[in-house]
This record gives sequence, structure tokens and C-alpha cells, in this order.
Amino acid sequence: MLKDITLGQYFPGNTVIHRLDPRTKLLWVVLFIVGLFQANGWAGYALVLLVTALVMALGHIRPKNIFKGLRPMLFIIILTAALNLFYTSGTPVRPGWIVTWEGIARAVKMILRIVLLIAGTFLLTYTTSPMALTDGMERLLSPLKKLHFPVHEMTLMMSMALRFIPTLIEETDKIMSAQKARGADFENGSLIQRAKALLPILVPLFVSAFRRADELAVAMESRCYHGGEGRTRLKQLVMARRDWIALALGLLFLAAINVLRHFGL
Amino acid sequence: MSEIIVEELRHVYSAGTPFEKTAIENISLRIPQGQFVGLLGHTGSGKSTFVQHLNALLQPSSGRVLVGGTDINKDKKTRHDVKWQVGLVFQYPEYQLFEETVFADIAFGPKNMGLGREEIEERVREAAGFVGIEEKLFNESPLELSGGQKRRVAIAGVIAMRPGVLILDEPTAGLDPAGCRQIMENIRAYQRQSGATVLIVSHNMDDAARSCGRLIVFDHGRVAMDGTPEEVFSRPRELISIGLAVPQATALAMELRALGVKLPEAIYTHEQLLAAVKEVRGC
Repeated sequence: MLKDITLGQYFPGNTVIHRLDPRTKLLWVVLFIVGLFQANGWAGYALVLLVTALVMALGHIRPKNIFKGLRPMLFIIILTAALNLFYTSGTPVRPGWIVTWEGIARAVKMILRIVLLIAGTFLLTYTTSPMALTDGMERLLSPLKKLHFPVHEMTLMMSMALRFIPTLIEETDKIMSAQKARGADFENGSLIQRAKALLPILVPLFVSAFRRADELAVAMESRCYHGGEGRTRLKQLVMARRDWIALALGLLFLAAINVLRHFGL
Repeated sequence: MSEIIVEELRHVYSAGTPFEKTAIENISLRIPQGQFVGLLGHTGSGKSTFVQHLNALLQPSSGRVLVGGTDINKDKKTRHDVKWQVGLVFQYPEYQLFEETVFADIAFGPKNMGLGREEIEERVREAAGFVGIEEKLFNESPLELSGGQKRRVAIAGVIAMRPGVLILDEPTAGLDPAGCRQIMENIRAYQRQSGATVLIVSHNMDDAARSCGRLIVFDHGRVAMDGTPEEVFSRPRELISIGLAVPQATALAMELRALGVKLPEAIYTHEQLLAAVKEVRGC
């Protein structure tokens, strides 16, 4: 049950999308999101949809996987659509109805916008390993080092957090089973009772998280880790020709969206 | 009482996804009240999945589990209440300790049963006695005890529910030899005095040979062997081929036999080996 969370999952592969430099993909996601929010006509949305479908096809990511990740957001999507559907003024679909043609159009556009926003970011995490992602982030943010912003430390924390999410989920599962075996009840009772019932999970979880942190620190120190200063990498990030092409296409995409927007399409 | 009957048990993880995996299949067993059973099998053979079905932590994909004649998955209530009848101690149980004092942690199970204060206190004392935790430790924090003591407190937390069936998943993993011996002695003493059924998941063939009256060997989610230690350890090659070992005494006896020493079959404890060697030497 807890294990079924797909948040930030990585599907290994060897497609063009997988091989792109993580920096390229991060910048692409920024361009994609800006484009998505600038699009206001059907043609603009169609273009974003087309680009998303193209990246999915190139990266061998099945629509099913995207939809699975959307499931936790379903409530927000439906709520947004419903609000837009019922609270947009314009010509009613039938005389006397609250639902207007404008409302339907806006609801569909809002659904598209949320779904595409999530799909875009999923495509990034599905095709980029967490390691590559934080590496790319570190390189992209490296100019901030001049301002004494601890970029390396921040990205290291990020990759550790990502690394330990599955571990902690598994641990929580185990502790829950163990307490259930002693008759703990997490499903019934009032809100306060249920909050209290979390204590037997949270205490052991924190204890083990601290223990793990301690062990990790010792393991890192015994391998002479001393921070980001003068540190070299096993895998150097190199921008290849395909990365420059991809970035050029990204800018072209943004330009196209703006042209469409200018003409109100 | 608490006889366990397992019928055609099958469990599939993540059914209907690309990660679908059949963990156990076609398992039918009968474990009468009071047996001391060892569950053997290498990592991933399905034994941990199997034991979690016996107290309804996992629900079967198909098949039934009956404890004391009742289908434990009949409804929500039986699923919950079977936990008092079948106590399950997980691997490394010390990581589930959470209360401020040893006493409160052992009392967690009985408290969930809704017992009165006096009854709880009596059970905590009794359970602590079984595992050799002295009363002067009752007000200590369980997190400040030694590794072996923590393990024994955690086991006491399950024993305090007075389960008719006690299941322990590798109770001696990661302990020093003295700690291992003590825990195994505690468990044997509990079994003798309470008459409970005990199931032990173990990798340690010597422990299994010494304590268990019956061994069930799992391989690839199925029961590969089921019998007395004599029966199971008389098939050493099969055991080795499924990634398990034989007790040290059995291995040594096999080597001696290969050298031409005439030893009887079915040797699986040091005492038996010693006696057999003495007999051969005629003293």
C-alpha cells in the first residue's frame, strides 16, 4: 500500500530522452512550464499536448504510468474543473442552466493545464535518475556559489532525502506491521485516538532515522568526505550536440507558443 | 485450542501491476497445538510472507487460514482478534520499542486487548520473567538497554498477550552467541510451561536441530520438505541444493563417513555425534 507511491520514480532506459544531459532536461522543464502557462488558446494547448506526447513516445514512457501518478491529484483536478464549470459567466448551454459554454471550455483547459504540468515534471523524474538530477541541479546553481550559497551541501541533502524516501517508507511499513501484530489499531476511533495511535510508529521511525543518519555520517567520514571543495566526479556532465539541439527546440517551442498567443489562438 | 490449518494458501504481491510476484503458492499444512516448528528457507523463499498470513497481517490471494477452527479472515473482527491468539515477533523487534519505560512497552499489547490494570500488571511480570528481564529494569527507558535486553523486552511484549501460538522471525539474528543461547532457552522454557505452539523462522540449522520437533522447508514459495529433524537432515544434498546448509554435526558426520568411519544416519546435534563417535571407538 505505501509502496505503491510512484512519486519521483525513475524508469531506467536508454532512449534519447534518457541520454540528454540533466541540465538540458531541467531547463526544458522550466521552458515547458512557462510555455504551458502562456498558452491561452486551443492551438497553444494542442502544441503543448503534442510536445508532451512526443517526449513520451521518444522516452518510451507509457501513458498508463503518467495516469497512475496523477491519481493522488484527482481530487484537486476534479475540484478545479467543477469550480470553473459552474462559476464562469457566459452563454448557458441551455437556457436556464448554470453551465455555460465558456465554463466548459475553461474547465477543459484547466484540466489540461494541471495534467500537462504534472506530466511534464513526471517525464523529467521518470527519465532522469535522482543522482543525475541533483548533479544537474548543482551545476545549474553553481553560479550562486559566488554569493556564498551552499549549493553543493544543498544538492547533497536533496539527493540523500531522495535516496532515503523508499527506505523510510519500507521501514514505516515494517513498524506498522509490528505494532499491528500487538493489536494497535490505526483505522478506527476518533481523530484524536487515531493521532495517538501514530505514536507507536513515529517514535521508532525517528529513532531509526537518527540511527541511519549517524551511520551514514560515519560511513562518509571514514571515506574522507570533506564537502564540495575541490571534489571531482566519476561521471562528468557533458553537453553534447543533442543537448544544444534540444535547448534550441525548447526556445522554438516557447516562441511558437507566444506567436500563437499573440494571434489569440 | 489453537490448531492451525492452512488450506491451499497462495499470495501474490502487487497483483495486476508489472511488479506482480507470486510469493507463496499451494501451501497446505496442519500444525497441532503445542508443536515446536522450525521454518527454514533461504531469503525470499516465502517464509516471512507465510507467517504474516497466520495472524492476518496479510490476506491470502486465495486459500484459507484457520486457527482453532475459525477462518481468521472471516470478517474485520476476527482479523483483528486473531492477533491475541497468534503472537508474531518480527525480525529485529527491538526497533519497534517506543514507550518511555520497559513496563509500558511490554504492556502495550495487553492494553490494546482492553484488559484491566491488575491483569496487565500480572501479565507484564509473567512475560518479563519468561525472558529474564528483572523488575528493576521496569522503569528504565527501553531505548537505553543493551541489544540483547531490548530484543528480550520486545519478545516479552508479544508473550504478554499470552498467545496460544508464538511465531518468531529469526529471533537470534545479530546477537552474540551468549545472547542467542539465552533467547533460545527463554523460548523453549515458554513453550514447555505454557504449552503454546511455537514457530521459529531461522537460518541457524543448529538451533533448528536442537529445538524443533518438526521442520518445514520453504523453497520458491512452496513447501519443499516437512518432517522431523531426522527426516529433513537425512537429505543433506537436497538441503544444500536449495541454498540451505545442514547442522555442523551433520556436516562433520558426512565428512567422517566419507573417510570410512562407520557412523549411523541422522546425526544432527553435537551430543548425537559425540555419542556415535564414542560408540565407534568402543568407549
